[in-house]
Amino acid sequence: MNEKQRIRMWSFSLIAGFFLMWELLCIVLGVSDLVLPRPSEILVTLWTKFPILWPHILQTLYSTLIGFSLGVCIGVSLGVLVGTSKVAYSVAYPLLVGFSSIPKVAVVPIFVLWFGSGTTPAILTAMVICVFPIVVNIATGLAKTEPDLEDVLKTLGASKSEILWNVGLPRTMPYFFASLKVAITLSFVGAVLSETVASNRGIGNVMMTASSNFQVSLVFAGLIILAVLGVVLYALFSWLERRVTGWATRDTEIAIT
Amino acid sequence: MNILAHPADPADPVETVSPTAVPSAAATRIKAVELQQASVVFGTGDRAVTALSPTKLTLEQGDFVALVGPSGCGKSTILRLVTSLITPSSGAVLVGGRDAAIRHLRMGMAFQNPTMLPWLTIEQNVMMPLKIVKPFKNTFRQDRKGAFRDRVHTLLGQVGLKDFAGHFPWQLSGGMLQRANLCRALVHDPDLLLLDEPFGALDQFTREELWQILQDLYLDRKPTVLLVTHDLREAGFLAKRICVMSARPGRIISDEVVPLPQPRAIETIYSPEFVEMTQTLRALIAQVRT
Ligand SMILES: Nc1ncnc2c1ncn2[C@@H]1O[C@H](COP(=O)(O)OP(=O)(O)O)[C@@H](O)[C@H]1O
Ligand SMILES: [Mg+2]
Repeated sequence: MNEKQRIRMWSFSLIAGFFLMWELLCIVLGVSDLVLPRPSEILVTLWTKFPILWPHILQTLYSTLIGFSLGVCIGVSLGVLVGTSKVAYSVAYPLLVGFSSIPKVAVVPIFVLWFGSGTTPAILTAMVICVFPIVVNIATGLAKTEPDLEDVLKTLGASKSEILWNVGLPRTMPYFFASLKVAITLSFVGAVLSETVASNRGIGNVMMTASSNFQVSLVFAGLIILAVLGVVLYALFSWLERRVTGWATRDTEIAIT
Repeated sequence: MNILAHPADPADPVETVSPTAVPSAAATRIKAVELQQASVVFGTGDRAVTALSPTKLTLEQGDFVALVGPSGCGKSTILRLVTSLITPSSGAVLVGGRDAAIRHLRMGMAFQNPTMLPWLTIEQNVMMPLKIVKPFKNTFRQDRKGAFRDRVHTLLGQVGLKDFAGHFPWQLSGGMLQRANLCRALVHDPDLLLLDEPFGALDQFTREELWQILQDLYLDRKPTVLLVTHDLREAGFLAKRICVMSARPGRIISDEVVPLPQPRAIETIYSPEFVEMTQTLRALIAQVRT
């Protein structure tokens, strides 16, 4: 515990030191706030503009979470489909890897073309970008389930679905939750990205507009908000992961991304 | 004096009728397990490995047969045939007079390594068969916290695991996991109990203790038992019949009745007759190992 606290203190000092260094360098070198505003200026902007920013924060969170939820549903169904059959797994795996290595940014223009600008492309981008890590992890978890564990149920005369419920899916949970952590971050990136390109709402759009109006400290304020939201979402899902799959925490970095 | 009742001819290895049964009655009674020249070959072509030569083996209902032999001779393979985890490459496997794949007898199996599900507590692990097997599964929701829980706790108490019901498998030693494994094999009152070296990882005292527990459970409920073991004293203490297998590809070369009445006291294993019996078996296995 003591060791843990010391490490926490150090990482906190590192973050504080980073912002302090930033502030000092800007003053010492006389950097123009049109290039790089000081953290204190950014904080002031954040504080004064917060009432205007708040609806945009909600908008970005909304697109992210809706897209993410859809992505999880699709990802889990596909993953179970692919993972429960050895043949399907070997046949579909190359295609999945191929799809997941396409830069998902490239789909934004297509969604804008189909659905116009606004919330829809943001949600869809958040969705497609998070589907593949989930599919791959669920399918891998199911395919890698120790045959010994399945045999226990088979000798009892369990049906395929009973084996899936009692062994396959629980065994896959660590993979699933590890992939959720990755997926929520990706969804967030996707939503913001789509907002910067084609929307008049959301933090992504705020940053884009501020940038074309040379409101540099507002751009950075948006960046800080994104960073904080990203960390909060990630932390939320790591916490969930630890709660649900505590039995498997001995092998931590389990997700395939 | 040879204590084994029926010295078998190794060339015609399996005499399957239980000598206690009247031959005519035995012929009409449905056998619990019948391997009819069942063989198992893994792989094909050059890679083909014969795990089991055509084997004949019959277990009467309520029989307790111990299967001994050098490692790799196909003992686990026979258990996997009976539980229909694999199908025979030739011949047939009948359980309760019907194809093993139908699984119409209630089976309990303890594997060689205690395959506890790591995300469940010991109690939940031991309760698993009740969730899967009829008729227990029909009332699982209602009885999970009541009758079934008591049943599991009674069994865990019998093997000395009462205080570990709420623990997870990784919190238990290998020996404790084996006891839980045995409980899980027994909890649904199986007609047919298949045990694959269940006491291998235990110290001698615990082992003898569990032998007695298993003997009591057996005499109490009279399931048909097929026990794989490499411990000749274990085979002699528990079984009604001992089958010896040859080295891979295995077949049964000796099938003998243990002429000691049950229940047997643990001191029996130190008696001169018992020692002589195990010596004879040991010599036989040493001979076929090569
Ligand atoms: N899935 C498999 N593929 C190929 N060979 C196997 C397989 N399972 C078992 N064998 C082989 O079959 C033989 C019998 O195995 P087994 O029944 O496990 O022996 P044991 O008597 O020690 O329990 C062994 O030589 C083993 O190598
Ligand atoms: Mg074995």
